[in-house]
Amino acid sequence: MNFLILILLGFLIVCALSVCLNKNLLTSIVIFMSYSVIMCIIWIVLESPDLAITEAAVGAGVTSVLFFITLKKIHAMKEESDDENKPQI
Amino acid sequence: MKINPKYETSKWRKFERWVDGDSIPTEAEIEEKLENTTNLKNGSKKGNNKKKEDLQEVEETDLEDVLAAYRQQEMNHFYTQYKNWPKTKGLRLFKRVYNLIAIIVCVSMILVLLTVVSYLPKFGDVANPANNEVTKRYIENGLEETGAVNIVAGMILDYRAFDTLGESHVLFIAACCVLILLRIDYGKDGKPTSEKIAEEENDRNYEPKNDKILQKTAFVLVPPIILFGIYIILNGHLSPGGGFSGGAIIGAGLILYLNAFGFKKTQRFLSYRLFQKVTLVALLFYSAAKTYSFYTGANHLKNMIPKGTAGNILSSGLILPLNICVGMVVACTMYSFYCMFRKGGM
Repeated sequence: MNFLILILLGFLIVCALSVCLNKNLLTSIVIFMSYSVIMCIIWIVLESPDLAITEAAVGAGVTSVLFFITLKKIHAMKEESDDENKPQI
Repeated sequence: MKINPKYETSKWRKFERWVDGDSIPTEAEIEEKLENTTNLKNGSKKGNNKKKEDLQEVEETDLEDVLAAYRQQEMNHFYTQYKNWPKTKGLRLFKRVYNLIAIIVCVSMILVLLTVVSYLPKFGDVANPANNEVTKRYIENGLEETGAVNIVAGMILDYRAFDTLGESHVLFIAACCVLILLRIDYGKDGKPTSEKIAEEENDRNYEPKNDKILQKTAFVLVPPIILFGIYIILNGHLSPGGGFSGGAIIGAGLILYLNAFGFKKTQRFLSYRLFQKVTLVALLFYSAAKTYSFYTGANHLKNMIPKGTAGNILSSGLILPLNICVGMVVACTMYSFYCMFRKGGM
């Protein structure tokens, strides 16, 4: 169990660093979601399942959805779709 | 950037010129200069040269003029260099200094936090200050006094229910702030304003038009998600979970349903008015139930409500209704956050 916790904590640090070092906002939100999922597993290992449920619902679910909506509102996701369309034309 | 047409003749521009050392003369200055030169030729110096008036002769003034012009040129050269400095070397220097300061602040912050952590008592130690009589009381008498099998629920909704009241109000205030910032209201005559119509039009970009995969997945997933949320709320005093987690799960399920099937379907059962009513009733009930003892001189309601046998759904007094209240508030808040972010209305 100790080994598992060490691996999870390592993942946590990697995720936290890559969220701030990533230049693409969409990618960093997805990494942030995976951070929340790892945090959720850590809560289960630390024997607090109620926090794990909340973390999964709020951290990985609602917060990321709000981030996505905000990105779409400020047209930060527009460039990518343009790039995808270009080769097809 | 748009420049004000009066900018060139404004006082600020003059001040800027003075700071830059530019000698772009205005009309008054030109007149002054002309006067100065004529005065010089007449031999009666004024203005800046007034002090040296008697000491110098007319021939020397010519030499001085040349020197002054040379100096002026030098100064101009210096000023242009100074002016361009931020664009050339300054930018690089700023970036380097910025990075250096960022690294220093970051590293010192990490060191401070690590030193503080090293002073913390050992995790799980018996002699920790957290292991006092309060914890003992909760663990030993919690089930007996609150009737809740889940000690956490007993703590946050019975012993410390007043704290949780504040927390749910914090959530309510957050929802109010989002409403104030993002809601686009109807016009005064009750008809939608142009801004609102534009937002509604714009919202169609977010709707997946008959996305079969999403709709089928949501069709299968949404009922279990919402049922699971309800289960967590109702079982809050028996198993891990409670109002907040269950409410968040229900809110997430509603958001998924909204994403798959659009606003028309959700508006049938969840409108802005319902959101208002549910939040108001739930918070009022919570406040009434928990500030009740203020008015009755510390006589608690739980004397009137039987605790029931521990382990049943209908047990542990007020915890179950309070869980339902918190759950409803949280679910409505999550859903309204999403709606406000998306189109500024429900």
